[in-house]
Amino acid sequence: MSEELVPVFIMGKRYDVPPSLTIMKAMEYAGYQLIRGVGCRGGFCGACGTVYRLRDDDTLYFCLACQTVVQPHMYLVQIPFFPAQRAEYDLSKLVPRPEQLFSLYPELLRCLGCGTCTKACPQDLDVKGYMAAAMRGDIARVADMSFDCIMCGLCAARCPVGEAQYNIAILCRRLYGRYLAPRSQHLEDRLAEIKAGKFDKPLEELKSLGVEELKERYKARDIEPR
Amino acid sequence: MPIPYYPGCTLSTKARGYDASGRAVAKALGLELEELQDWNCCGATFPLAMDNLLAMTGPTQVLVQARAHSDRLVTLCAICYNVLKRTNYFLQSDAEKRDRINYFIEADYAGDLRVQHFLEILRDELGFEALKQRVDEARKETGKSLEGLRVAPYYGCLLLRPEKELQLDNAEDPRILEDLLQAIGCDPVDFSHRVECCGSYLLVTSPDLAADMSYAVLQSAAHNGAHLLVTACPLCQYNLDHKQAEMARQHPGFKPLPVLYFTQLMGLALGLNSDDWGWELHYVDPRPVLAGHGL
Repeated sequence: MSEELVPVFIMGKRYDVPPSLTIMKAMEYAGYQLIRGVGCRGGFCGACGTVYRLRDDDTLYFCLACQTVVQPHMYLVQIPFFPAQRAEYDLSKLVPRPEQLFSLYPELLRCLGCGTCTKACPQDLDVKGYMAAAMRGDIARVADMSFDCIMCGLCAARCPVGEAQYNIAILCRRLYGRYLAPRSQHLEDRLAEIKAGKFDKPLEELKSLGVEELKERYKARDIEPR
Repeated sequence: MPIPYYPGCTLSTKARGYDASGRAVAKALGLELEELQDWNCCGATFPLAMDNLLAMTGPTQVLVQARAHSDRLVTLCAICYNVLKRTNYFLQSDAEKRDRINYFIEADYAGDLRVQHFLEILRDELGFEALKQRVDEARKETGKSLEGLRVAPYYGCLLLRPEKELQLDNAEDPRILEDLLQAIGCDPVDFSHRVECCGSYLLVTSPDLAADMSYAVLQSAAHNGAHLLVTACPLCQYNLDHKQAEMARQHPGFKPLPVLYFTQLMGLALGLNSDDWGWELHYVDPRPVLAGHGL
């Protein structure tokens, strides 16, 4: 191993690790066996939210441990879970109205708009912006602005008034998906056709064919039917 | 050049009619309002503790956003106007605290934005004389006028106070709404409670007291012969209008009085289509009184 090791500080304790590793792999290299704070390892599940500082720099940085390469003199800790407010509801009994957001999350209206959440978001979302949209009841806008949220919870961990931004955002995406998104009429039409048996006969015919005939038909198929 | 416009949360929800009528009136008068994109809440109350800088970070970011487009920002909501203008005044007068807020929100705001209420633009830029001409033209076209309609101009607190910081009008003896009402052809009613408080957020903590204060305002307007009352504040509108259910229970013989936004009345004077101006959000439906005057 020719790589020169660099020092990182995991929860205050120094470890020397190869500089090409992600934070997550560096922790494993250092001997940690990750049970919480690890998930998909691909930047999607939001389990490995991490906070760090660098030497001689007063900025607090936020990232996903699986997506961020270590730097020398990184002082880091993972925040795998944060006890944020989470409302219980039956989506089928909700209404897509501003009052629905306010009744399930009354603390929404306490938001000061300070933007600390936006600074903490490892997905670079405008968290303050979607909270503002939620406060004015624009559910579709919240759904759109928060689409890339991975529910890591770092926004909630940093909020000075105790908001659970990411839980409010997923409520809006659920309300949008169920009640507000335009229905796709062509899908409903096709389902009706299938139920009416329009494709039963062609399907039976295909099932009766041999492998060679199926291969031929596959090769000759119309790839972009007009 | 379009004027950056900040509707605020209430005008996006419970006071949609104020927003819709305000936009329609501005358009009819050739004033181009352009809503800021993805603005955040102003905070709804100006922090009373002067070291509560965190509460000023929200409104400051609204000012920063507007400053990127223009040297001014216009509001309709009296509360947003109060909070944004006072925050701006605070930032202008305390450079050290301005620096601290700038550092926190990662901005470089110098305090050089003008926060204006839509009323100021009508008075100081369009001019009430020009407004009167437009209303007269509309009257010729539609045959409708506000003549004979007795309207109580209610200011409340947040549009005017503190006078030193807001400088919209004399806080004890204002004229701006009276002059506006005259320009649009109706009869402004002089009444003692036009700059008294409606009860404001006491609505939440002492609802009975808030109802009493609103009742006094309405009685004062009614005793002076008002057919309806106009305001520039969605919280005043709510207290004065929606508390009338309670007032009717407590005071036998109470007569309901419609409470409109001044923009709704302006729009009617200009002969605009008022279908989407949120009449259904009013507790006392103003339409019968308006219809009684041919509107």
